[in-house]
Amino acid sequence: MDGAVNFLRVTLIRVFYAVILLIAVLILNFSLMHMAPGDVADTIAQAAGGIDAEALEQIRREYGLDQPFLVQLGRYIGNVLRFDLGYSFFYSDKVTSLILSRLPATLLLVITAQLLALVVGVILGVFSARKPNGILSHFVTFLALFGYSAPVFWTGLLMLVIFSLMIPIFPVAGMRDVTIEGGFFAQAFDIARHLVLPMITLSSIFLALYSRLARATMMEVLGSDYVRTAKAKGLTNRQVVYKHALKNSLSPVITLAGLQLSAVVSGAVLVETVFSWPGLGTLAFQSILARDTPLILGILFFSALVVIVGNLLTDLALRLVDPRVGGKK
Amino acid sequence: MSDPVTVLEEEIEKARHPFTEAWEMFRRNHAALVALVVLTGVVIMAIIGPALYGRDPYDMVWTPFTRPGENWDFILGTDYLGRDLLAMIISGTRVSIIIGLAAAFVSVFIGVTVGALVGFYRGWVEEVLMRFTEFFQVLPTLLFSMVIVALFGASLPMIVLAIGVVSWTAVARITRAEFLRIRELEYVTASRASGARNGKLMFRVILPNALPPIIVQSALMVGSAILFEAGLAFLGLTDPNVVSWGQIIGSNRTYFLDASFTVTIPGVAIFVTVLCISLVGDGLNDALNPKLRAR
Repeated sequence: MDGAVNFLRVTLIRVFYAVILLIAVLILNFSLMHMAPGDVADTIAQAAGGIDAEALEQIRREYGLDQPFLVQLGRYIGNVLRFDLGYSFFYSDKVTSLILSRLPATLLLVITAQLLALVVGVILGVFSARKPNGILSHFVTFLALFGYSAPVFWTGLLMLVIFSLMIPIFPVAGMRDVTIEGGFFAQAFDIARHLVLPMITLSSIFLALYSRLARATMMEVLGSDYVRTAKAKGLTNRQVVYKHALKNSLSPVITLAGLQLSAVVSGAVLVETVFSWPGLGTLAFQSILARDTPLILGILFFSALVVIVGNLLTDLALRLVDPRVGGKK
Repeated sequence: MSDPVTVLEEEIEKARHPFTEAWEMFRRNHAALVALVVLTGVVIMAIIGPALYGRDPYDMVWTPFTRPGENWDFILGTDYLGRDLLAMIISGTRVSIIIGLAAAFVSVFIGVTVGALVGFYRGWVEEVLMRFTEFFQVLPTLLFSMVIVALFGASLPMIVLAIGVVSWTAVARITRAEFLRIRELEYVTASRASGARNGKLMFRVILPNALPPIIVQSALMVGSAILFEAGLAFLGLTDPNVVSWGQIIGSNRTYFLDASFTVTIPGVAIFVTVLCISLVGDGLNDALNPKLRAR
């Protein structure tokens, strides 16, 4: 009973911190917009091909840009609470609807890439932990070095050169082929074919991390007392590794995966740009090119929101699953 | 019976200088040694390469997209504007290395300061700075620096700042952990008892002993800062008048279906450099980590 109360208390504290973080991100976002040279009125004026000073003042009044900083900040936060992140002048659309329209593509890419990295990483880690001096173990070391040192956009371009130009099995860009007709399965197959290269590229960063951590924790767990006990009871090696040890070596890997959310967003921007994947990353890239401040700040806020909520959920899930995680922080 | 003082002096005589000892450990790591040699070559190239090679990287010297080996005057070929790719890579070395070092310096400076304060003080200082660190941990790093560079201009100092400001949290975490460990040790209590002030305790007593893991992390930071700059430059967020490795890839990307070498070759330069930095970091870890020395 005490545990449940404690869990509730920790949850409340964590949620409280998350809200404070979000407000801090909003304030930062707004200050950036405020400090940047040129404001919304200038953007509109530019789009209109230049207008006179009086009209510029008129626009500033209409958008409330002549109000004091704090008033504007308050209004901005109020708007965000009503899911209004502003208006993109480049796309002539609401920032929120632009983000939501690009979200599915990014989620598909990010989730499949993370799953791939986790599954392959844990498999590689477990196998190489059983034979620390085997070929596979050296391969994991090599993979870790490559994953850390190769710029992800370069890996992506190499993939394209090899698997789209030299051996043309995968498409060069985009998410679907507009000429393909047919039912659900034909469409799904088409998207899957487009997904393969970006997915592998994005997972390459994290594969290295996960396989190395999985190997390290697995080796530690295999040397622990309860594994020796299990072996002494006469269980086979296989049973010990997959039934006993694996379960306990997963929790650090999952913790790490949760902490990678911010890196995932960064990686997605580069990978999506390389493969012209129509997700949030390319949207961010295009909004930077177009100097579309409300849109880029909207994406920044949205990504921070995703990272904060994701971290919160990982943290709470681990507390539920693993009683060793506890105390403060 | 020999005089204890002379015994002590003999012992001191026998003890080698810490640097010698560290170098011995480093030397045993062959990969790190090779990487150090390569890295020295890269740095020398950054310093005297442009003068030695002599060809202006901004000059349009030949037909665009001349392939490597097609014309021996341009060993690595030419880019989409007909500029000599080798000249661009050589002069890009300088920019990439300088940005890497400067950005790493900024992030180590912020990281050590914040980490030291959080690890040393308890109470509200710790609480506030922990939230501050957490705040920077949840900001998607690349997006945030993209925003900074896009809003405030793509000058080199701004790029250095944008990279440094988003990547210090790892350094802060390590510094904090070391400070938490060391502040409980006896010699810290001893110097506190002999009247050392907080500032002296932090930076003269604890920090020197916390340095080894911080040095290793700083070396790795240079590598990740180079990667980071390459990423920004690839996205076009760089000074268009300054050639860097990432910028070569970014500006040639549109044409890579016809001339893939213009993006693959500069990538090799980034890859090799960052790889060598992380191998040297590994070697430094062997050399400076006393726990490993017992082996």
